[in-house]
Amino acid sequence: MPLITYRQAINDALAEELTRDENVIIMGEEVAQFNGAYKVTEGLLEKFGPKRIIDTPISEAGFIGIGIGASLLGVRPVMELMFWSFAYVAFDQMINNAANVRYMSGGLMHCPIVIRGPANGGTAVGATHSHTPENFIANTPGLKVVCPATAYDAKGLMKAAIRDNDPVYVMENTILYNEKWEVPETDYVVPLGKADIKREGKDVSIIAHGRAVITSLKAAEILKAEHGIDAEVVDLRSIRPLDEETILASVRKTHRVVLVEENKPFCGVDAQIAFMIQDKAFDDLDAPIRRVSSLDAPQVYSMPLEKLQIPDAHRVIAAVKTIC
Amino acid sequence: MTKKASAPSTAETAAKPASGLAHKDAPINAQLTKEQRIDLFRQMVRIRRFEERTLRVYQQGKIGGFLHLYIGQESVAVGTVSLKGQHDHYITAYRDHGHALAVGMSMNECMAELQGKYTGCSKGKGGSMHYFAPDKNFWGGHGIVGGQTPLGAGLAFGLKYKGLKGSCLCFMGDGAVNQGAFAEALNLASLWALPVVFVIENNGYSMGTSLARSSAATPLAKRADGYAMDWEVLNGANIWEVRARTAEAMKRAHESCRPTLLEMDTYRYRGHSMSDPEKYRDKAEVEEYKAKHDPINLLRADLLADGTLDEATATKIDDEAKAEADASAKFADESPFPPPEEIFRDVYWETDNPDKRTSQGRLFFND
Repeated sequence: MPLITYRQAINDALAEELTRDENVIIMGEEVAQFNGAYKVTEGLLEKFGPKRIIDTPISEAGFIGIGIGASLLGVRPVMELMFWSFAYVAFDQMINNAANVRYMSGGLMHCPIVIRGPANGGTAVGATHSHTPENFIANTPGLKVVCPATAYDAKGLMKAAIRDNDPVYVMENTILYNEKWEVPETDYVVPLGKADIKREGKDVSIIAHGRAVITSLKAAEILKAEHGIDAEVVDLRSIRPLDEETILASVRKTHRVVLVEENKPFCGVDAQIAFMIQDKAFDDLDAPIRRVSSLDAPQVYSMPLEKLQIPDAHRVIAAVKTIC
Repeated sequence: MTKKASAPSTAETAAKPASGLAHKDAPINAQLTKEQRIDLFRQMVRIRRFEERTLRVYQQGKIGGFLHLYIGQESVAVGTVSLKGQHDHYITAYRDHGHALAVGMSMNECMAELQGKYTGCSKGKGGSMHYFAPDKNFWGGHGIVGGQTPLGAGLAFGLKYKGLKGSCLCFMGDGAVNQGAFAEALNLASLWALPVVFVIENNGYSMGTSLARSSAATPLAKRADGYAMDWEVLNGANIWEVRARTAEAMKRAHESCRPTLLEMDTYRYRGHSMSDPEKYRDKAEVEEYKAKHDPINLLRADLLADGTLDEATATKIDDEAKAEADASAKFADESPFPPPEEIFRDVYWETDNPDKRTSQGRLFFND
């Protein structure tokens, strides 16, 4: 299987879906002539032309709203946010319109739109450009949200998202764009709502999503090598829908849980996961659930401090050690 | 670029119904049959009588939350919707009853929706502000001021992308023009040459704040100049003028794929919503409009004067509208509320179509 980058995997997913369905279009800032601010859409303009690969002005509320409106007539827009942090100026469109039009019309309409882009800290761009809003989105019935951690998942989830008839918001990670994984050349889809055991283990379940999965895998290697602890790493991949069965099966196997995310802690995704585990697997737990999140302050600019703010392998190991 | 700012007050044209309202002879109006002219009157009367009936239902405590009445503005919805072709689409804000009835939604489904009944157009899930009828090219019904304006541009984008010769008429009140989303929608519509007609229904008040206290410059439509877009101000109380000028804008959308911003001077007789005590305007101002600018009275007098309508027919149309509205109230009263399991329907397309589900996992998180 060829090794390709997370960026290339998404690019391939977009190109394949653009080829498969003429209603799929790409719209966003710098996606066409500039080839994408992070080069995720590189080459698509040349291949598919300006009717389908569309540069927008810096006007998120306007162009996201246009994408939603167009989706009502059967266009399947894939909207790029240069950063998910920019979603906040388009939240009325993304929440009030995309999530609610089906419900408020009693099911007369649906909104097959994908909104994608990076949602991460760790690149020293300050608080305004470092948001991780998967918890905000997951809090909105009507929306789906996924956070791929590897190139394989990024491609498969992106294709599933584009084929989905509900709004799906895909949160990528700029730090992962250059990382390489094995990705098959055959056509495949990763279904939304299916978690993945990224590493099998028996002593503790480390449950994570997005880049926190990669951090957790590093921590698991060190735990094995230096502490003799055999950690299982569960990658949620999809936040809503959520694969509760895989989470609970892992908890029932290891009886210990550490939740890891780059979200801030208060009402973060892991708050929901922790509630669910104590609700459904209380008797299977041999220790309190531990959680490792980004430190609870606006994202700090200074690079050494931001490294401390985002969960790293050492914080994950420390959390595991308190219960193992 | 054509642009025209008619005098802010078009009372002169409006005050002379006996000699025929302005623009009555425009080709788009001159071609109408007698029955079509009468039908314009009938649709306006139906909207008026329906809303008057909703007011009584509201006062009986059967309507939750908000009720924003369109009374006084009927010529705008009826005039513009009467121009609808196969690929012409409509979207508006929360003052949506008039547009809904004009596109052909029934009084029954609209009245039932107000009462949160299962027979309502949205099964009781939308309410007054959120009427939809995609099968009639009507896309709502949107509650957040200005939020529908990018959607309207998006519908126009969809038409253009699919190669359909059509347009989207996107309505808003005068309060919406100060929302950022509106400015963004105007820019994108002009930049991308989208076949959209933005219609500002300028009734003089954004909730309780007058135009003078909310917008720095008038006419509001002149903002289109900043986006190299055609614009025009017209008398929204005169349905012939509404039809004639909107037809031009729709032609621009159809033929040249260019947007237009129309500002229609109109007036709402009722408060912003039913909870509005209307302390911000004189009763005399309201009475003045009712007496001289009521769009239904203007058209009625015009059609009586030219012999299209006689008193007996006019009265019959009015009586039928009242009876239809009464019947809709009865229909709503007798309709059931939605069953509790409806709370979880229509949230996701996928869970409403379980045999076509492709995702896995849990989508609802009730404890």
